Amino acid sequence: MRAFTSGRRGLLVTALPVFALFTAGCGPAADDGGGDDTVTIYSGREEDLVQPIIDRLEEETGLQVEVRYGDTADLAAQLQTEGDRSEGDVYLAQDAGSLGLLVQDGLLAELPSDILDRVPEEYRADSGEWVGLSGRSRVIAYDPEEVDTPPDSVMDLTGDEWEGKVGIAPTNGSFQAFVTALRVIEGDEAAQRWLQDLNDNGVQSYENNRAMLDALDNGEIAVSLNNHYYWYERVKEQGEDAVGSELHYLPDGDAGALVNVSGAGVLAASGNQEEAQQALEFLLGEEAQEYFTQETSEYPLVEGVETMEELPELSELQQPDIDLSDLHSLEESVEMIQEAGLA
Amino acid sequence: MTLAGPRSRRPGGTNEVRPGRSASPSPALLGLSALVAGIALLPLVYLLILAFQDGWQDAAGELFRETTLRLVMNSLGLAAATTVGGLVIGVGLAWLIARTRLPGRRMWALVATLPLAIPSYVAAFVWISAFPWLNGFDGSVIVLTLSTYPYIFLPVLAALGRADRDQEEVARSLGKGPVATFFQVTARQVQPAAAAGALLAALYVLSDFGSVSIMRYDTFTRIIFARANLDHVSAALLSCVLIAITVLILWGEARSRGRARFSRVGAGATRARQQGRLGVWTFPAVLACAAVAGLAVVLPLVSIGYWLVRGSSAGLDGPMLLEASLTTLAVSAAGAALATVLALPVGVLAARNPGPVPQLLERITWLGYSLPGIVVALSLVYFAVHYAYPLYQESPLLVFAYALLFLPAAVGAVRSAVAQSPPGLEEVARSLGSPPPRVFARVTLPLATPGIAAGAALVFLTCMKELPATLLLRPTGMETMATRLWTHTASGAYGAAAPYAALLVVLAAVPAFLLGRKANGLEGDR
Repeated sequence: MRAFTSGRRGLLVTALPVFALFTAGCGPAADDGGGDDTVTIYSGREEDLVQPIIDRLEEETGLQVEVRYGDTADLAAQLQTEGDRSEGDVYLAQDAGSLGLLVQDGLLAELPSDILDRVPEEYRADSGEWVGLSGRSRVIAYDPEEVDTPPDSVMDLTGDEWEGKVGIAPTNGSFQAFVTALRVIEGDEAAQRWLQDLNDNGVQSYENNRAMLDALDNGEIAVSLNNHYYWYERVKEQGEDAVGSELHYLPDGDAGALVNVSGAGVLAASGNQEEAQQALEFLLGEEAQEYFTQETSEYPLVEGVETMEELPELSELQQPDIDLSDLHSLEESVEMIQEAGLA
Repeated sequence: MTLAGPRSRRPGGTNEVRPGRSASPSPALLGLSALVAGIALLPLVYLLILAFQDGWQDAAGELFRETTLRLVMNSLGLAAATTVGGLVIGVGLAWLIARTRLPGRRMWALVATLPLAIPSYVAAFVWISAFPWLNGFDGSVIVLTLSTYPYIFLPVLAALGRADRDQEEVARSLGKGPVATFFQVTARQVQPAAAAGALLAALYVLSDFGSVSIMRYDTFTRIIFARANLDHVSAALLSCVLIAITVLILWGEARSRGRARFSRVGAGATRARQQGRLGVWTFPAVLACAAVAGLAVVLPLVSIGYWLVRGSSAGLDGPMLLEASLTTLAVSAAGAALATVLALPVGVLAARNPGPVPQLLERITWLGYSLPGIVVALSLVYFAVHYAYPLYQESPLLVFAYALLFLPAAVGAVRSAVAQSPPGLEEVARSLGSPPPRVFARVTLPLATPGIAAGAALVFLTCMKELPATLLLRPTGMETMATRLWTHTASGAYGAAAPYAALLVVLAAVPAFLLGRKANGLEGDR
């Protein structure tokens, strides 16, 4: 009797692992994006923002899409590590700098002109390897109860009157891209000094833009360096009265007024060039562009799609005179941010 | 789970059999065990190679930076604050329950172990969603203290149960007040148990990734994760520093324990004793217990419930939840199976053959306990990228990581299960002409199966909660319950995160319940 029961248990113990290994093999992990017709997107943009439009992409184009979500810079580094063995087909980045990094390493394929030409020249790669999907402006968000006149330049934020009152998101890709822009405009030395001064001035570090807007509402800080659309998203969610902060678009081509893009490129090593381009075409199509402006409050980059009503026109923004293709030296920016003890 | 290791063997126990004298390990068993030990060493060795590939000078330049110092201070500070907080709560509760007429003592004893059922990153999610401003050091200390104090409470409670009460009575009769008696007698008696628990808590804090990241507090694990892709060498070097700190703490604890002597002469009389009266202190004592229970148990449950209700009004994504659950079950089952298979030779060898070599091999497989999950994962990612690309970001590598991380629990289970079955039966089988593999399959394994299966189940449940290694190693598009909770929490979607938090608590409740039941006979040294 005893032998019988333990025998049965023995069977169970052998059967279970076999079954488990089998199911693990058949799980979502099994299909790799390499050679088959699944388009694998490495997305540096959040799942909440991107997945709805990816779902529509699948419905409209019939493509099978698999997305690896992560941090923009992280995924760029990962693609660099993976090199031509990568299973990724499309890289979707939160800023032009990370795309430029991959261009430098020769990891992105040149796009056909019918994709490139949909977007104005300043919002795509000089050499045609990536294309902007939506525009986002850097802004200063401030608490009007604390601040009468918000500063007109980020360079002012190291002054005494802002001690302990400024919020940044130093690990955020958009902040890093802004630092790159600052380096391009003001030079490395000045940028490093600015970061150091900012730290010495008791700047508060946050994880992301939303946390900074929370902090503004809580009175933790008085101003913060943000991307514009998070504020509009908050107003949409909570109503204008509930949002304590206001936005200030910086004048005179200040680095803090950089208009960056979220953009995408096709990986040179991808075996699905055609499908990947099809995905890009959808993301530049009217529906996706509408989505980016209406749902995520960004600037559409394709002509004929109207910008969300509440936003100031893209042409009215006094953005710095900067070539987005020059923002590729991301690593140095991250290093400088770390050097200043901010991350 | 860490407390249920193989050390609970007691000489002279009825079921226990000393290893047979004749036992010289079979070469096959020894070979397999050495192979497993080699596999267990792989992450550490590769990490060292990677960290120092550019030479000592580059490594030193990378290490002697302000950031490194800041991380050392942050990690040690957090570990220290958490351990002190855990000692106050753990020892205090244990003393109230074991030594006083606290009303509802049995209930409090049970409630005090319940935080073990709440993974620390779930607790972090709870606190950050309820009090968004409570991040950084303060939030991390609160969350980790409430999550780890049971590691101190349980062994101290057990030690108080075993301690010689005569000494306390002597002290009282010699005119010492209750406070002096506590610090000069009782505290000394429970010191080994409290130290062992504090060690566990400190190691837990150092290797914790999820809660400090959710709390946005820069410790080693958080920065290692942030640099995992961006800067391999830097991440590997920081991992080495973290391991060095862990080893130092283990070494220090072992040294201080080696010197101290806390023994009791004779078996002691087991006379029923009056518990101390609390008098006017009854109310504050109950209030203190209720406060701990409220913060560590009630708040998380209420908060998860609140977000569940709020989140489901916004629409519960059923298919997504189901998919994550099934994926979690599949990879965890595979991880448990692989851990058990790997544990078999080492466990059997350790149970049947005494001696330095088997002991060394077993010790090596225990590495998983002192290596943080993020470190093991990091090493495996890099190894796969360079030498085993087909495995890179495929589920087998994740399963392998689970197996390595939780190998100690599996080895412990195999070892004690085999040790409890009489070797005489194997000898009979061998004398009847069965070759060793057949003896193993027909005698050893069937006898030990229930114990091994229990160990596998424990590993299975632990795998389901694993976060950092899963984040780094999962294939594109794969989400487990832990990673879903993680991404939803990171983007502030607390309602969407709540169902995963609830499921994880339910899962973690199983081993916590088993551990709570064992609490009485707990030894607490690991």
